[in-house]
Amino acid sequence: MIGWFRKLRDAGVLGMNHRNAEYIMPYNPRCNYPLVDDKIISKQRAEEAGIRVPRLYGVIEIEYQIRGLEKMLGDRKDFVIKPAHGSGGNGIMVITGAQHGRYRRSNGMLVTLEELGHHISNILSGMYSLGGQPDCAIIEQRVEFDPLFEQVSYRGVPDIRTVVFKGVPVMAMVRLPSRMSDGKANLHQGAVGAGLDMGTGRTTTAVHMDRYIDLHPDTGAPIAGLQIPNWDDLLELAARCHELADLGYLGVDIVLDRHEGPMVLELNARPGLSIQLANRASLLHRLRRVEALESIPRSSRERAELARKLFAASQPPEPQIVQCA
Amino acid sequence: MNKLHLRLLALGLLVLGLGTTWYKVSVIGLPLERDAQTEIWTVEARITLNADDGPTQVGFAIPNNPPGFNVLGEAFVSGRFGLARESDGINRTALWTSRRSSGNQSLYYRIQLADDRADEPITVGAAPEFPERPDYQEPYASAVEALLDEVRAESADIASFTRRLLLRYNSDEPGENVEVLRSGAEDDLEHTRNIIHILAGARIPARPVKVLELSDRLSRGSLKTYFEVHNGTEWVPFNPRSSQRGYPKNAVVWQWGDDDVLRLSGANNASVQFSSAVSAREAVRVAEQRAAQRGSLLMDFSLFNLPIQAQNTYRVLLLVPVGALVMVLMRNVVGISTFGTFMPILIALAFRETQLAWGIFLFTTVVAFGLAIRFYLENLKLLLVPRLGAVLVVVVLLMAAFSVLTHQLGLDQGLSIALFPMVILAMTIERMSLVWEEHGPGQAITQGLGSLAVAIVGYLVMFQPMVEHLVFTFPELLLVILALMLLLGRYTGYRLTELWRFRHLIMNKGAP
Repeated sequence: MIGWFRKLRDAGVLGMNHRNAEYIMPYNPRCNYPLVDDKIISKQRAEEAGIRVPRLYGVIEIEYQIRGLEKMLGDRKDFVIKPAHGSGGNGIMVITGAQHGRYRRSNGMLVTLEELGHHISNILSGMYSLGGQPDCAIIEQRVEFDPLFEQVSYRGVPDIRTVVFKGVPVMAMVRLPSRMSDGKANLHQGAVGAGLDMGTGRTTTAVHMDRYIDLHPDTGAPIAGLQIPNWDDLLELAARCHELADLGYLGVDIVLDRHEGPMVLELNARPGLSIQLANRASLLHRLRRVEALESIPRSSRERAELARKLFAASQPPEPQIVQCA
Repeated sequence: MNKLHLRLLALGLLVLGLGTTWYKVSVIGLPLERDAQTEIWTVEARITLNADDGPTQVGFAIPNNPPGFNVLGEAFVSGRFGLARESDGINRTALWTSRRSSGNQSLYYRIQLADDRADEPITVGAAPEFPERPDYQEPYASAVEALLDEVRAESADIASFTRRLLLRYNSDEPGENVEVLRSGAEDDLEHTRNIIHILAGARIPARPVKVLELSDRLSRGSLKTYFEVHNGTEWVPFNPRSSQRGYPKNAVVWQWGDDDVLRLSGANNASVQFSSAVSAREAVRVAEQRAAQRGSLLMDFSLFNLPIQAQNTYRVLLLVPVGALVMVLMRNVVGISTFGTFMPILIALAFRETQLAWGIFLFTTVVAFGLAIRFYLENLKLLLVPRLGAVLVVVVLLMAAFSVLTHQLGLDQGLSIALFPMVILAMTIERMSLVWEEHGPGQAITQGLGSLAVAIVGYLVMFQPMVEHLVFTFPELLLVILALMLLLGRYTGYRLTELWRFRHLIMNKGAP
């Protein structure tokens, strides 16, 4: 048993306790959490900084406003309802169209306006928020994802999760929804995670429910070797998010919109550890390398460049990464 | 720096907790085992006398904090006599008086003693003056002179001097000098007085001591005479016959000095008989009395002084931190996910009343039924708080129905379901149904079983009779638990479940 622990340590796997005690607590001041936990605030700050985010259609703060929901929606038939303080992708309802006076959810189910209202009132009563506190519901633009991932995702919106440490992107993965995850992009709910080569922005290895895979479990398409367009810009976008919230250890979720390009969907002060499985690489080694840097460049472009240089797959510290054609 | 601070704090707490425990065990004598017993001596003195007509007064020496023992209690049976107790700083005396009594009378004195572990020097009474060298008569004088000279040459200090002297005096082949000294002093008291008389020749202060040697089922026992010499700081006891230094473990000092144990006026034919017996008693009670006698405040502020009802509450409450420790270990070191941070502890507390097997059965039944009803309520699209309330009502109804049903079937254990924390059950059901919907039944059942497993482990640890006894008798052990939690709070190692989660990263290391 001790031997197993040692192997984990030698592999440089970052554990939950280690992440919380050594990275989240020292680098993420508690007072900055609301900036990322409250999606309304983070959206506003992002817009002020010129970072593109899904457009806000409306906010529902109190039960009474649900009556005005129909008016607020107007003839929009394509939107997302989510809690302002949600976590782990809970409580997000994606509407992709309307049919016979009812709304169609991304999983194909039809829901009535009344059911939408019920969902919103659940959000308001704090069902999905941390600690069960009363919450607000956000209605925002649904991202129409780039066809790039069409073959390797089952409904829902695939996104790119980047862990940004002290402003330097250290590791990234694409999260592909599957039938199991019900269109959600969270790995523990059954989404597929595909590692990204920091140097080129190509998908490498993939994991699904803690198992290594090569093909998407629902569509059967190979996952490796997909090229993220404008990878350099995307990395820079992720690096810029560091300035939004002043959190040293940050997860940035970016989606690729078919028409509008990369958009920041969400910031996360406690990004999960499965990214290591998706990349088959140690997060700890990379974090240590950033910690060992004497100075970190001020501009986000230079930080993104630094990340490409430090963590490209051809770099010696990661022999286990598969180089894709 | 930060880490050092934490470690020092934890170390301080550990030392404080374990140190207090050690003190309570080794000095006050609180037992580490549950139901531990201590030997108690019950000593009884029976005084019989024949009272003359007219007023009678009986003075009887009684022990005054005898060294090596703790007095747990004493009692007097005085008949028609009035009782007063006196103390002159060294000895205590029971004074029985009667204005008019005649004929045979019996008086009783009973004392209960427990062994005292602490070995303290005897300092009762002020430091004595050096005695004047007595004017010995010849041929006694030259015999004393010769003996003292011999002994002086062989000894280093007062105690060894006394011992050498005793060995010579008690020798089976005494020299001429000792023969002279020994003549005419046959009984115990005379023997001892003679030795003290000789010691005075060397200007060593000494005093006779009346001692009762205890044995189980002793009856018609009598006092033996020992003596103590003062070495400048303390009294050193000796057995005048065997020449041994110190009191044996079973010897109770009854009276210091040369006075008679029994003094009478207006009576005759008096005699004292001693009897003793040993019995066992709960060690905790004995320790309490011992602490009270030592003037230790620790036991005054102990939980044993609370009313019994409050004690019983604390017997359970003090176990909650133990459960919390189990919880911390299970979540941060093992890595089991549960519903609610401390929910499993509350379930474990309920298991205490229901017993484990029934507890598990009742818990799973209520949660399963509750979940089914919760899923039905989901169709009604209720708001969160009213829905929680509704689940709570259903849980209470379920519990009542279950109790009635099992009672009808003659299974009384079913009644104990009422002890489950129903609000916790309702919250569990609510959370479980949310997890069920959002993460699928697999997750919900895994977490449900995880909670149950942690509750079972918690129950098994918390309600070990040993653990229960230890935290109640030594509440300072909670400081040790606190220290452990502080240290675990900085545990950055892997969780056991992470071995499984990241197993591929280890096994496929190096391979593509």
